Amino acid sequence: MLLLAPLLIPLFTALLTAVLPSRPRLRRGLSLAGVLLLVGAALALLAAVSQTGRLSVALGDWPLPYAIEFAADGLSAALVLVAALLGLTVLLYQIAIEPADREAPGLQPLFQGLLAAVMAVFLAADLFNLYVWFELLLMVTLGLLLLGGRPWHAEAAFKYFTLSMLGTLLMLAAVGLIYGATGQLNLGALAVASQAPAVAQGLTLFVVMLLLALLLKAGAFPLFAWLPASYHTLSLPLLALVGGLLTKVALYVLLRLTGQVFSTVPGFLYEALGWLAMLTLVTGVLGAAYHWDLRRILAFHIVSQIGYLLLGIALATPAGAAGTAFFLIHNILVKANLFLLAGLIWISAGHPDLRRIGGLYPARPWLALLFLINAFSLVGVPPSSGFWGKFLLVQEAFAQQRFLWGGLALGVGLLTLYSMSKIWLEGFWKPHPEPARLAEPQAQGGGGPWLAYAALGLSTLLVLALGLYPQPLIDWLRQATAGYWAGFGQA
Amino acid sequence: MTLILMITISLTVTAGVLLLLSRDLFRTLVGLAVLGGAVNLVVFLAGRPGSLTPPLIPAGLDRLTAGAADPLPQALVLTAIVIGFALLCFALVLGAWISQREGHGAVDRLRRTEPAPQDPLKPPILED
Repeated sequence: MLLLAPLLIPLFTALLTAVLPSRPRLRRGLSLAGVLLLVGAALALLAAVSQTGRLSVALGDWPLPYAIEFAADGLSAALVLVAALLGLTVLLYQIAIEPADREAPGLQPLFQGLLAAVMAVFLAADLFNLYVWFELLLMVTLGLLLLGGRPWHAEAAFKYFTLSMLGTLLMLAAVGLIYGATGQLNLGALAVASQAPAVAQGLTLFVVMLLLALLLKAGAFPLFAWLPASYHTLSLPLLALVGGLLTKVALYVLLRLTGQVFSTVPGFLYEALGWLAMLTLVTGVLGAAYHWDLRRILAFHIVSQIGYLLLGIALATPAGAAGTAFFLIHNILVKANLFLLAGLIWISAGHPDLRRIGGLYPARPWLALLFLINAFSLVGVPPSSGFWGKFLLVQEAFAQQRFLWGGLALGVGLLTLYSMSKIWLEGFWKPHPEPARLAEPQAQGGGGPWLAYAALGLSTLLVLALGLYPQPLIDWLRQATAGYWAGFGQA
Repeated sequence: MTLILMITISLTVTAGVLLLLSRDLFRTLVGLAVLGGAVNLVVFLAGRPGSLTPPLIPAGLDRLTAGAADPLPQALVLTAIVIGFALLCFALVLGAWISQREGHGAVDRLRRTEPAPQDPLKPPILED
């Protein structure tokens, strides 16, 4: 029951908030209560996992390879907690910047639905079940994209739908074919079944199909076109939630499937994955360098960060997996913080485009401080959380004599610094082109913007703590990913 | 049976990809639907169809008779059909909405989220 709580709480909250279309304040209160409960459940789950190592529930009273299984180990429990905390930050921010009666009635149910789908993917231990939750994720994101109701929202939803649906179909076909080849859908049973030499040969093609589908959902090169075409139309607290979680969820599944389940696929796949990671890193960061709109700069940085995460998977060792896991947690938090900061910059200066804003450093020094901490974290300046994430990955790349991969990962950090200094110089240092828009703070509603600052401040403190004292988390993740690629011969 | 299914799948995939590559909004969506049908057939075929023995344990035995049909792929296909149908309905409404508002259904003229730049060096400023 404890294991299913992080999934059931947001699911029921979504249903409850959906049947209250005319009571905006009650809806918000329920949603907040649901998220607080979710954080509590995530903490309890983490405590239980730290004692037992792995929790698992088999639904329907069937014996295990046949029942639908949910399971939590160190990695999934940590991610559940991070996602719950992110949900809390985003909801507090939303309450602070938009008055309850102006909020779209669909927002809270969809917000909770997204949390439910993300939690379910983190906890599912069944291949077909994973596919179903990815479908839910797709539907909820479509709903969120359409909330604004303007022509460009519909267009963004269409672009996102077409490519994502293609990925989903590929995933379904792969799931069916893998079932046909092994006769299993449970991840634990698949890990055993795919070891058999007779099966392993024929399985490679199907695993590649599955990986392609997940790479599309993760926004890797060259399948990321849907991401910068749709993300920037989302309203800002939602953009933080979607941008922080959606692609990372696919990456988590990629890590788990390659490391724990299909660890016998041939080595050239990891070689290919490594070069894809490099191309993702470079194209993402160059796309960001071109843009001047805060939302689009950050959306392209998502693509670039996916490259780092893929690099850890391509190295195919427990150390690489631990690096990817650490980077995943760091990236979910920092990315979401930066999107929320972009929202505050927009509110304070009147526009999301850097050419139309400026002068925020003298006008909003606290905003500047929060931005600096998170921007340095994204770049990876020591001692920030991003530094440790990149350090773990680059160290392992060099240990495997992948000097080009490690070197490129470091070089892309410099280009990230370029983008962040562009935001700093244009948004914070340059005088505002129309000072009248800056001097007068825009109308604030709900709990007032202080609540947004408080939520962001707490989230930034977490990032800071992760940078200053990373050892407990690194140890925890190393333990959780210790068994990854156990059957994989060093190719 | 397998051969017929295989030929059907390859024809359906071909039709789906052809439609999907078109620049017309509705052809694209119909292409996705056709492709979805092909994928459902793939899942169905992967579960060794052709057996006419129902997957029921006869009275007095404790396991299935050899060569019984596998019920799981059919359950998977049913789930996938339901989800796919819901998404297709949604997508068709979305497509109708877009083409009504824009007055055309040409996919490559949908440039609201990514307007063409006027300046060769800097991207256009998006309205919020």
